Amino acid sequence: MEILDILLSASFWAAAVRIASPLIFATLGELICERAGVLNLGIEGIMVVGAFAGWMAVYSGADLWTGVAVAMGAGMLFGLLHAILSVPFGLSQHVVGLGITLLATASTYFAYRVSLPEVTNPPRIEAFKELPIPIVSDIPIVGPALFAQTPLTYLAFVAAAVVAFVLYRTPLGLALRAVGENPHSVEAQGLSVTGLRMGAVIVGSGLMAVGGAFLTMSAFNSFFFEMVNGRGWICIALVVFGAWKPGKAVLGALLFAAFDALQIRLQQTSLGADIPYQIFLMMPYLLSILALVVMSRRAEVPAALMVPFNRGER
Amino acid sequence: MPSGGEARAVLRLRNITKRFGPLTANDAITFDLREGEVIALLGENGAGKTTLMNILFGHYMADAGEIEAFGHILPPGNPRAALEAGVGMVHQHFTLADNLSVLENIILGTEPLWRLGSGRAAARARIEQLSRDFGLAVHSDAKAGTLSVGERQRVEILKALYRDARVLILDEPTAVLTPQETDDLFATLRKAVARGLSIIFISHKMHEVLAISSRVLVLRHGRLVGEVATAETDRHQLAHMMVGSEIRAPEVGGAAPGRVLLRLRDVSTVPVGNAVGLRSLSLDLRAGQITGLAGVSGNGQTALADLIAGEIVPAAGAMEIGGREAKGWTPKAALEAGIGRIPEDRHRTGTVADFSLAENAVLEAYEKAPFSRRGWFDWQAVDRHTRSIIERYDVRCPGPDARIRLLSGGNMQKLILGRVLEAEPAIILAVQPVRGLDIGAVTYVQNRLIEAREAGAAVLLISEDLDEILTLADVIHVISEGRLSPAFARGSKSPAELGVWMAGQGFEEGGHAA
Repeated sequence: MEILDILLSASFWAAAVRIASPLIFATLGELICERAGVLNLGIEGIMVVGAFAGWMAVYSGADLWTGVAVAMGAGMLFGLLHAILSVPFGLSQHVVGLGITLLATASTYFAYRVSLPEVTNPPRIEAFKELPIPIVSDIPIVGPALFAQTPLTYLAFVAAAVVAFVLYRTPLGLALRAVGENPHSVEAQGLSVTGLRMGAVIVGSGLMAVGGAFLTMSAFNSFFFEMVNGRGWICIALVVFGAWKPGKAVLGALLFAAFDALQIRLQQTSLGADIPYQIFLMMPYLLSILALVVMSRRAEVPAALMVPFNRGER
Repeated sequence: MPSGGEARAVLRLRNITKRFGPLTANDAITFDLREGEVIALLGENGAGKTTLMNILFGHYMADAGEIEAFGHILPPGNPRAALEAGVGMVHQHFTLADNLSVLENIILGTEPLWRLGSGRAAARARIEQLSRDFGLAVHSDAKAGTLSVGERQRVEILKALYRDARVLILDEPTAVLTPQETDDLFATLRKAVARGLSIIFISHKMHEVLAISSRVLVLRHGRLVGEVATAETDRHQLAHMMVGSEIRAPEVGGAAPGRVLLRLRDVSTVPVGNAVGLRSLSLDLRAGQITGLAGVSGNGQTALADLIAGEIVPAAGAMEIGGREAKGWTPKAALEAGIGRIPEDRHRTGTVADFSLAENAVLEAYEKAPFSRRGWFDWQAVDRHTRSIIERYDVRCPGPDARIRLLSGGNMQKLILGRVLEAEPAIILAVQPVRGLDIGAVTYVQNRLIEAREAGAAVLLISEDLDEILTLADVIHVISEGRLSPAFARGSKSPAELGVWMAGQGFEEGGHAA
């Protein structure tokens, strides 16, 4: 069976984890925003910004980690704009988010054209390299999949652990979970609803941008238009799939990535000769819709998600 | 409790004024709260009690005036400063996050945010100590969303005590409690006072005010209109101060029952979830008569109300409206058959919170003339209609364009009453029409129902308050587990005898005793 061969190959699992990494960053970012009660539809555009900013920084001579920091900072700037419009001004989160995506995408392309006016093929950069971890990377299948990845992939899993820890083990996380459920509970205990929500949107946007930067700095080594290609929207679905819990969201990202890796490989099998390749391209999305239907039935949506908080309103 | 003239003032309010648009919610209110006393803030719905307390706690900014707590001026609009000064508030609408545990709700905001880990073990011990000391039994690890109303309130009180509040503000704490829970609450408050806490108790229920407070402040239309020591006053005087005029209990003259307008014959309905369905129930509603339906909550009242309102159809049995069998029974059919409904839950099914008063006023007739003509909405007609309801039913509001969620419960109910009665329904379905209303509004609503009866309407009054049924109803049925008792004429049964039926005794299986 060809499918069995694929599922038993180390390269398949390594690819799945690699494809999952940017999704994990961005899903965590979105999860933080939504846990605080703000739907951040700016995610798609902020990923584009992150992809460009990180790549450009490195192309201009910065080292790789500085590039990641620049990407994160750029994402946080757009996050700040989103936060100002959606939190203190209380504007519709749908409109603000889509506006941020359009603005971020367009200004990125503009910046690209301004900084590289004569270029037809985008230059490649010296990106993050695989950094196999001694001993554990020699374990069959699991080793290459989990321990022979680039440092950014490791960072994605560390970020997931940190987000889970903060959310469930610290006073800050408690306040975040409360502000997305019932902002009045936070206000009545003397905390600032505005401060918490803005902070969550800014930090979350920073993580989204790192997810975007992964594409240029750890996967494709260059920047193309349309390279984010809907990954942001997938992350919105992954947050729902993960029932607003970091661990489950990471699993969801891995599952989606595995489907994606599988369909690429299936296209090259004998099946691929008979079936139009578009069918394979659809597969991960179809399966995620199916998984969403099954998983999100009993999910506990943050009760105040998308509800702006105006002080002193009954 | 002695009011103790020499006890020091822990809280001073000076000339607090707050306006919402054209409405002055608080007008230059000044008073002191002294150490170890309970003052009651009494007033009708919409008198400005909650607004005043929200200013005190920092949810709202006053337009003028200042607040001093323990000798220091409180910065306006800052709940954190109020909490740190020792002022704790138990909100009328509880402020708990449902996805968090009781413990988490209590410690929320009490620890520095930027801290790794949180001191839960110590917090748990402290909460258990407090709940023992004050008689507030709660389970620390239960999710707030799973708690009963009484438990939620205990958590709210614990939140304040956990922060060492020296002043407790309770906003209508008994509105959602059973009598037993209210007694428990009062026991807790007495323990708190014994430990030197000061309490502001907001209510519109006079017997509670008389039971718990040492001093009563009366608010009317945003003004402080009176202050009396509890020992020197009585219900009558308080009611007079609160409403500003004499309150007369509704008087019901003899009934002149007419023909049967609605007839149910052996009707059964399918139980939904845990709710009780009707079991072979027969009922006649006659013109010019108030039929009271007594019973313990959850015995089929909802099913009967939904059936008459057209929300459900009978699974068995027959239903006749005005002598004709009801076919294709839907809410719209019910409206067209002349059934006016005052729903049980005015927030959820009675109104659309974010619609204006005008929109809410025509919710049941918007597609008909004069509000719509050839499919076009006539806003002027809607506006005229709403203004006339506001005026005739004494709805206190900023205007027809205000969102209805801004209204107090009593004013919301008056608008619903106007909407129903102006349509001149032949049959009026009144489900808990006065629940949560203050005396002024209660008397008003009841008198209007009596007027509708005089005008020839058949009124079905469903209430869990036996006193209300005994006062208003010409004939009384008791409902228990979906079965209906025979009709009892006014005065033919004592409350105790009805209580036996309410407990489910006296019914024959499969039908009612004739």
